[in-house]
Amino acid sequence: MSGNHLKIVPENYVGAPNVEQLPAIIDIRNFSLSIHNQKIFEPLSLPIYRNHINTIIGPSGCGKSSLLHCITQLQSSEFNTQGSLLIDNVDIYQESVDLVNLRKNIGMIFQKPMPFPMSIRKNFSLPLKEHGVKNKYDIEQKMETSLRSVGLWKEVGSRLESQADRLSGGQQQRLCIARALALEPKALLMDEPCSALDPLASKTIEELILGLKEKYTILLVTHNLAQARRIADFVGFMWYHQNTGKLIEHNWANIIFDSPSNPITAAYVQGLTE
Amino acid sequence: MINIPGSSHPIDQILKALSWLFGILILGYFFYLTLNIVSHGFSGLSWGFLFELPENAGRQGGIAPMLVSTVIMLILCLLISLPIGIGSAIFLSEYTQENQIFTRIIRESLIVIASIPSIVMGLFGYAFFVVKLNLGFSLLSGALTLTCMVLPLLIRTIEESLRSIPSSHRLNAQALGLPKWRIIFELLLPMASQGILLAIILSIGRAMAETAALLYTSGYVMRMPESIMDSGRSLSVHIFDLSMNVPGGEQAAYSSALILIMLLFGINSITLVLNRIITKRSVS
Repeated sequence: MSGNHLKIVPENYVGAPNVEQLPAIIDIRNFSLSIHNQKIFEPLSLPIYRNHINTIIGPSGCGKSSLLHCITQLQSSEFNTQGSLLIDNVDIYQESVDLVNLRKNIGMIFQKPMPFPMSIRKNFSLPLKEHGVKNKYDIEQKMETSLRSVGLWKEVGSRLESQADRLSGGQQQRLCIARALALEPKALLMDEPCSALDPLASKTIEELILGLKEKYTILLVTHNLAQARRIADFVGFMWYHQNTGKLIEHNWANIIFDSPSNPITAAYVQGLTE
Repeated sequence: MINIPGSSHPIDQILKALSWLFGILILGYFFYLTLNIVSHGFSGLSWGFLFELPENAGRQGGIAPMLVSTVIMLILCLLISLPIGIGSAIFLSEYTQENQIFTRIIRESLIVIASIPSIVMGLFGYAFFVVKLNLGFSLLSGALTLTCMVLPLLIRTIEESLRSIPSSHRLNAQALGLPKWRIIFELLLPMASQGILLAIILSIGRAMAETAALLYTSGYVMRMPESIMDSGRSLSVHIFDLSMNVPGGEQAAYSSALILIMLLFGINSITLVLNRIITKRSVS
């Protein structure tokens, strides 16, 4: 896969590009979240650049996962948000959005792979049918294409009737990614997709993510600094202060790792905190 | 599950002996009960016993009307209680929070209903279905009363099996854009099918065994019922009547009991086979 993903930063560059310089598919502007009057994270602004691997790093409890949940509105009714969250220039918290469509466009991968305890085929046909792919042939086509794109076709193509939850952890996670890709999303949100996997399976997923950015926009939340260093184009660093998360810094990955402007970031990326 | 290997510690040894003893006790009890009924009841069995009308207050003849009444009431009871049971279980597990006051009141009242003695339930059935709703002594009144009796069990068992599904499956399905109704019907209910089947088996057992509640509601005439508004005698009521009120009816009582047990066994086996087929179909 391409190792030449955008890590080279223009000479006189100071901050992350603005959305005029680099198009963002998701644009988070002054967006904050509280649950039951408890502030989860302070207002933050974060563009998620198209066809790049955007990552968010930071300690547990700083609101990274909650932010992902906000993007696909996977929150419960107690969530209280402020500011705006634009997806393709539509503020999904101002205008009424079709949730089914929103979640088709923004795929979500969770920490623990959870394929439905059904056959591999049914794992695809269930969501595809919901999104209007009713024809059996089309379903087969989309399933094969997405299984191929995650490198799973060779492994499971001959046994699509077998139970998806009996696959290995790494295969299950790739299946979940394939299942999301089958809906042809614009962006893929990944919430620590490798943390439940062994190093080899993680490596496969990482390579897969690198390959995916050509077609998709990736927003990856990770604890694993080494992983972020290996694959990220952009890094947002979140920290918490008095139980409230805060975006400390957002920039090109190599700037965050090599010359961060905030001392907390510097300490965190050098492994001096936590 | 893997058993922990025992040690030579004396308490371990005693515990081991005791658990074996209790295990054998249960097995012995089961075999004694079954053998007792089989040995007493088997000689009275014949095709005639199954398909003929009773004669001489049930001492002679068959049990055809009782079988028909029992099956009709069972089917009616399941037809009424399953939609209500699955619906309420879905409500409790998918539309309310576990520790909301409203949910807790429902759950507590279900426990109360479940522990009401069947004779009291029979009185309620008589007052409400037979008299107030004017359904008379009928199979329908009996089936409705049985429904009242099995609902708590049905709801609780189905609710438990829905709740035992990890919530991450719901989150995953939501993230794929599936609407709630589809998540419930195409993901959660198939996943809970084992629990639903178990609930049905338990309910059938409960309903077939029920005697007291039916005395006041479906009545105890031995005629062949002609409609669900007809009165009819269930097998369990028949056994009760033969053994308590009919001198010389013991043989027929034992044979009817054997039929009842075989019926239960048969229904359980069919349900289990159905379960295997349903699960296979819904997951592939």
